[in-house]
Amino acid sequence: MIAGGEIALEHVTVQLQGQTIVSDIDLIIAGGEFVCLLGPSGCGKSTLLNVIGGFLQTSGRVTVGGRPVTGPGPDRGVVFQSAEALFPWLTVRENVEYGARVRGVAKAERIETAMHYLRLVGLAHVAGKFPSQLSGGMRQRAQIARVLANAPSVILMDEPFGALDAQTREVLQREVHRIWKATGATILFITHDISEAMILADRIVTMTAGPNARLKTIAKVDLPHPRDLTEPAAIALQRMLRDEIAHEVGRTLLAREEVAA
Amino acid sequence: MSARNSTLARGSSRSIASALKIDRAMLLRFGITVVSILGGLLIWQILSLNISPFFLPSPAQTAAGLVELWQDGTLGASIVASSARIAAGWLLGVIVGVPLGIFMGYFRWVRQLFDPYIEFFRFIPPIAFVTLAVIWLGPGEISKIALIFYTTVFIVTLNTIAGAQAVPELRLRAAAALGAGPLTTLRTVIVPSTVPYMVTGARIAMGNSFLTIVSAEIVAAQEGLGALIWNARNYSRTEWVFGGIIVLGIVGFLFDRLLRFGARKFLKRYDVTV
Repeated sequence: MIAGGEIALEHVTVQLQGQTIVSDIDLIIAGGEFVCLLGPSGCGKSTLLNVIGGFLQTSGRVTVGGRPVTGPGPDRGVVFQSAEALFPWLTVRENVEYGARVRGVAKAERIETAMHYLRLVGLAHVAGKFPSQLSGGMRQRAQIARVLANAPSVILMDEPFGALDAQTREVLQREVHRIWKATGATILFITHDISEAMILADRIVTMTAGPNARLKTIAKVDLPHPRDLTEPAAIALQRMLRDEIAHEVGRTLLAREEVAA
Repeated sequence: MSARNSTLARGSSRSIASALKIDRAMLLRFGITVVSILGGLLIWQILSLNISPFFLPSPAQTAAGLVELWQDGTLGASIVASSARIAAGWLLGVIVGVPLGIFMGYFRWVRQLFDPYIEFFRFIPPIAFVTLAVIWLGPGEISKIALIFYTTVFIVTLNTIAGAQAVPELRLRAAAALGAGPLTTLRTVIVPSTVPYMVTGARIAMGNSFLTIVSAEIVAAQEGLGALIWNARNYSRTEWVFGGIIVLGIVGFLFDRLLRFGARKFLKRYDVTV
């Protein structure tokens, strides 16, 4: 497995339809680090992820593993929130094989790799099924396996468990942590769930409310895994993050009321 | 033990009952279809009793006419001739329309290149070209196949364009992030995503091919269902007109069934629901 690549953002500003979504962002995520981007809906978290993924143009400089980002590429795997990202006409195994197929890897070899990663996420038994036959949690596992099979140095996860029930989410959080340890990839994980960020991240980055969003705070989570969120240090950090975000949500609501009035 | 056995027995009797229930529902639907057809025939029969056969031949007279046409070989030859023209023209239209629609849907410049012609000719019905087709391509098979091709290619192209443009952005991003370039994305994401639209286009085009074949064969054909219907006029045989129309409807229905069966069997994984 490729060791995690460093993600570096310098003066990143994104404008969409004349509106500045995120403004002047500087952030360095070390190789192999797990960073959660936390913030209320509409603050530009996904925009930032899309910039790193190469889906959006930006002024400023974005490098991954030292190379400037000019477009999407297999060195940055993306797990999307919606399972629509899976190809419905391919079986689960064929979905996981997709990256290798595009690279022209021989069939036997890519099946073997796909099955390896399907076993890793616990989906080997449904390899021959189509995505529509799986539960929401299984589909997200399939997306994760598909990304892992491409051996990316960076994995970008855009609220991957946002649409799942609490129990499934908890299980998958543990899986992601285990996979991160096993692969050593750099992970940028977007969420609006404070506990999720607390369980997973080395560092938690919060953003101000958009438009014109900036980074607000960067908090180091210095707690051993598996994390106990009822520990005093965890509770203190959680409270701090909740206040930060509540402040931003309040500002957004105020701004909306002003626009309405 | 005995309790378990009785549970099992109840379970299996229930499943038999539910299987019977499904059969009953199917029988009911089938029964309604049969009643509908028989009812139509009955109304036709009643109406024909008081109307001259020249205006409205009875079902029996129409059937006798069809038997007559079958025995002298006209009917069989007409079915084969019309079916072959439709199959050839339609297939050519699909073969050209699908890639054209894919490229027009995916590449803006291809779309802009062909757009004026698509937007113009889509309003010109094939019947307007019958005369030209005969002048340019002669009265033989080619002119008729060309007209079927013409009617098919637009419908298939327009539907395929719509499909290629409706591919979710998320799928394209997923492919790009997995290392697929534009052409690989076209082949591995756009084309499979568009299959349901292609099938819809092909099905509508099949219906229109039947509309077109009659006009084409009326103008210039010795053989074919359109020619049969038209030539009956020369002999004042209204029952042949009725027979020709009924056979045309049945052949069209069978073609559509065949297409749906094929699409469901071979394109199932592309989420084709026809």
